[in-house]
Amino acid sequence: MFDFSTVTVWFDQLLRGAMPEFWALTIEFVLVGVLLLTLYAVLALILIYFERKICASFQCRIGPNRVGIWGVFQSIADMIKILLKEIIPINHTDKLLFYLAPFFVIAASFMTFGAIPFGKGLQAFDFNIGIFYLLAVSSLGVIGILLAGWSSNNKYSMIGAMRSGAQLISYELSAGLSMLTVVVLAGTMQLSELINNQHDTWYLFQGHISTAIAFVVYLIAGHAETNRGPFDLPEAESELTAGYHTEYSGIQFGFYYLAEYMNMFVIAAIATTVFLGGWMPFHITGLDGFNNVMDFIPSPIWFFAKAFALMFLSLWVRWTFPRLRIDQLLNLEWKYLLPINMVNLMLMVVLVLLGWTL
Amino acid sequence: MNSIVNYVAGILKGIYSLASGMVVTIKEFFTKKVTEQYPENRATLHIADRFRGELVMPHDENNEHACTACGICQMNCPNGTIQVISKMIEPIEEGGKPKKVLDTYIYDLGMCTFCNLCVITCPSDAIKFENTFENSLFTRSKLIETLNKEGSKLREKIK
Repeated sequence: MFDFSTVTVWFDQLLRGAMPEFWALTIEFVLVGVLLLTLYAVLALILIYFERKICASFQCRIGPNRVGIWGVFQSIADMIKILLKEIIPINHTDKLLFYLAPFFVIAASFMTFGAIPFGKGLQAFDFNIGIFYLLAVSSLGVIGILLAGWSSNNKYSMIGAMRSGAQLISYELSAGLSMLTVVVLAGTMQLSELINNQHDTWYLFQGHISTAIAFVVYLIAGHAETNRGPFDLPEAESELTAGYHTEYSGIQFGFYYLAEYMNMFVIAAIATTVFLGGWMPFHITGLDGFNNVMDFIPSPIWFFAKAFALMFLSLWVRWTFPRLRIDQLLNLEWKYLLPINMVNLMLMVVLVLLGWTL
Repeated sequence: MNSIVNYVAGILKGIYSLASGMVVTIKEFFTKKVTEQYPENRATLHIADRFRGELVMPHDENNEHACTACGICQMNCPNGTIQVISKMIEPIEEGGKPKKVLDTYIYDLGMCTFCNLCVITCPSDAIKFENTFENSLFTRSKLIETLNKEGSKLREKIK
C-alpha cells in the first residue's frame, strides 16, 4: 500500500533545508489549507452532480444531461450562477450576526476536514482525541443556524432555527454515544490508531451485533444532524418557506447549501473511518493472495468508494421517505434512538470484557 | 410488561416498513427511464391522435370543406379566438334565395385555449384538432390563420 507520508516527509525536508523553520511551516500550512479548501469545493460540486443524477434515477427520470456530456458541467454552471447573484441587504436585521452566521456553519464544516484521514499518510492533523474533536467541531454549526434564524428578523425563520437547533442538539447525543461504543471497542480515540486496528477486519465485523446497531444508529443520527432527508423540516420549501435561511440570497445561501453537502460527506467519512476501516482495504485473515490483490487498490480510492457508498445510502433514504414532523423527530431521538444506544453501549462493554469480539 | 412488548414490536414493525419502502425505490432506480429526449428523438416520436395541437378544417381532394358558416363555433369559443366571416351569394337557379356561405374562417392560434368546444359543437364536423405541436413562430401576427383554403367551397350535401 503506497504510503503518502513518504511524499509529505520528503517535501517537508526539502522546505526545512531551504529556509528557516518558521517559513517552512508557514508555507506548509498555507499549502495544506489551500489543498483542503480546493478539495472541499471540488467534492461539493461532484456531490451536487451525483445527488441530481441519482435522485433523478430514483424518480424515473434522467438528471441534467445537456450542460456538457452527461451533464457534468451543470454543477459548475450552478456555482457560477450563485456567485453572480445579488446579496440583498435586509432592513432591521442584526447586521453583524446576519453576515456572520453562514461563516460559522462553513467553518465548523471545514474544520472537520482537517482531521479526516483520506488515505495512508494523507491526514492533515492526527489528534489523540480525534473522535472527540470531530464531534465537538461539528457541533459548532448549530450556532450558525441559530444566529441565522435570530438575525433574520423574521419570526418564521426564528421558528425554523429553533426547530433545527432542537433537532441538532438532540441527534448529536446519539451520534456521540454510538461513536463512544466504538471507542470502547477500540480503546483509543486517535483516528490513525483506529484505522490501524482495523487492518485484519473492520470494526463493523469485529463487534458484530453491537457495532452493527451502533452503525445504523450513527447513520440515522448523522443524517438528522445534517438536516437532510426525512429530517429536513427546518429548511424544507413547503415549511416556513426555507426555514432559517429564507432571508439569505446569493453566496450566503450558497454557503448553507455547500455546508449541507459537505456535512453529509463528513458524516459518511467519519462512519467509514470508524466502522468500515477508513482507507484500510477489505482483508480476510488467512487469504493472503486476496489481501495482496486488495492492497493494490490505492488507499484514497478505498476511502472515497466507501464514503460514496454511504452517501448513496443517504440519498436513497432521502428520496424514499416522507418528512418527519418536529415532534416525530424528537420522539425518534429521545424515546427510541437514545435508549437503544445506551443499551448497545452496555452490550458492547459486556462483549469487550468477555472477549467475544473478533 | 405489555408496554415493553409494544415498544419492541413497534420498533420491529417500523424497521420492516422502512425496509419495504427502500426496496420499492431501489427497484425504481434500476428501471429504464421514460424521459423523452425531445429534439433528438423526432424520428421515432409518437403523439396520441387525440392530442389537441392545432385546429384545421379538413379539405378533400376537390378542395371542398364542410363548413356552413353557421357561427356556432364562434359563439361557443370562450375567448373569441374564432371569427367566422360569411358572405351572401346569389342563387344558382332562378327563384331561389341568396345563400350564406363561408368567406373567411379566422383562427388565432396565439389566443386559442385548445378547449375543444368548437369541434364538439360543430354540427357539420367541419373543423378538428390535429396533433401537430411544433407551431411556434417569431412573429405573433403570423399566428392568426385562415383555415379555409383558396377557392374552396362547401361540399354539397347528398340528398
